[in-house]
Amino acid sequence: MAHFDENPLGPHLPLDPLPGHSSPGRLERVLRRGEFAVTAELNPPDSADPEDVYERAAIFDGWVDGINAVDASGANCHMSSVGICALLTRMGYAPIMQIACRDKNRIAIQGDVLGAAAMGVCNIMCLTGDGVQAGDQPGAKPVFDLDCMSLLETVRIMRDNAKFLSGRKLTTPPKVFLGAAINPFAPPYDFRPFRLAKKIEAGAQFVQSQYCFDVPMFREYMKKVRDLGLHEKCFILVGVGPMASAKTAKWIRSNVPGIHIPDAIIKRLEGAEDQKKEGKQLCIDIINEVKEIEGVAGVHVMAYRQEEYVAEIVHESGVLKGRQPWKREPNPVDQLVAERIEQTREGVEQNQQQMAEVAAQQPH
Amino acid sequence: MADPKPGNAAPARKAATGAYTPVEVSPNRRARRKYTVRLWAVRHSRFFEWFYTRFAEAFLLLHPVWNLFGYQRVERPVTFVERHVKGFLFDCRMCGQCVLSSTGMSCPMNCPKQLRNGPCGGVRANGNCEVEPDMPCVWVQAWKGSQNMARGNTIMNVQKPVNQSLRETSSWLRVTAEAAAARQTAAGKDA
Repeated sequence: MAHFDENPLGPHLPLDPLPGHSSPGRLERVLRRGEFAVTAELNPPDSADPEDVYERAAIFDGWVDGINAVDASGANCHMSSVGICALLTRMGYAPIMQIACRDKNRIAIQGDVLGAAAMGVCNIMCLTGDGVQAGDQPGAKPVFDLDCMSLLETVRIMRDNAKFLSGRKLTTPPKVFLGAAINPFAPPYDFRPFRLAKKIEAGAQFVQSQYCFDVPMFREYMKKVRDLGLHEKCFILVGVGPMASAKTAKWIRSNVPGIHIPDAIIKRLEGAEDQKKEGKQLCIDIINEVKEIEGVAGVHVMAYRQEEYVAEIVHESGVLKGRQPWKREPNPVDQLVAERIEQTREGVEQNQQQMAEVAAQQPH
Repeated sequence: MADPKPGNAAPARKAATGAYTPVEVSPNRRARRKYTVRLWAVRHSRFFEWFYTRFAEAFLLLHPVWNLFGYQRVERPVTFVERHVKGFLFDCRMCGQCVLSSTGMSCPMNCPKQLRNGPCGGVRANGNCEVEPDMPCVWVQAWKGSQNMARGNTIMNVQKPVNQSLRETSSWLRVTAEAAAARQTAAGKDA
């Protein structure tokens, strides 16, 4: 992954999936081209209405390379990531399906991986998941059958060896680009780069970091990562996001585990006249700082309940400069579905008795 | 190779892959002694029902004592006693929300699927468990036990999902605290 791929017909052309690529997806190709990737997080709805998902995805339409479909983040119950991905792939979006080990055992997870890949999901992000105590249903039974590392390995085995964890063969393996999460801002700081190495060993091809508010600390982390040569084996996307106010920042700092916000950031927000605007500017500044760090391949913008600002942040930070235009690609099964929908539209009457007779006479 | 037990397809092949193969016991109940005491308790469910009612009353009478020391502080010693007493009698798993009186004095947490509302469809013809072929089905026993009990029809109640965050806490104290609180509100209403 150290080398950057280009289209054999010319570097100015969009990159098709090459033989070495593990997924046909957009995110992998953008990263392999060496373009600065942008991913964002979809706020999952608490509803059974597909339009809620489409509305929220429309905010990111076209200019985001991967939309994270979160799997009950913070152990709060929402629409499932599989469901969101099913809806998104149907409309030609490129989702990154998150899988948390908290709610599903290996049987459910392997089934979901196959189902997701069949629907056209090209990116899977393997997480351990927050503990159930963090969420709205603390009485739930925590599963944690696998952890993020063994989950990565499981999906890698399914993809590369075309086998389940049990060794049973798959007829068609899932073609997915594997992701993981990193948090350079939590102790033990010395171990963090090695943990990334372990994740790469287990199968991670890209990683998204926790919110980065402490750039010097991240720079230090990246230095160690580069010393280990990990930035050449894995694409590192930095997690960023706007803070709505100093108050929210303080609340997050003391209530959400794993998020490190230095005092200087809070002071800067407090000193501002318009804290919301300052939060956005702060996010842009951080993006501009981290994108210059060697080994950073993109940003992951998490703007919980401020999704409408993501476009401004990305646009104003100018990370998309020099991008090759992209064409949306059809899902391989789109043709089949289109035919089926056409039939439905025609309103062909179905006589069950006759149809059963025809089916019964078919040779088998 | 392993005895081809029903409910475990192709055990020899699974064992060869190194995958987990249940051999008579489920993964969550490896070292379990015989089921003698548990079965004895179910046979005497009527007695235990009577005893439990008296016991709960006594515990409620002691409410001022618990309050004096503080429920938090007595939690540990009471839990210790509760775990060992109920552990011996019912193979208690300390779910912290005891439903023995609604399950014929047969602890439902001993079911490998931890069913709290009745038997699954896999019970063997001899009344033993699908997952652990040597264990008498917890719910077959529960049904028998409930038949002996005066208020055995509480087995018909639909039980709520287990609140896993209450594990390893004392069910006795919780029930007592709740009863005391209910008594107080009732008294408040009367006044």
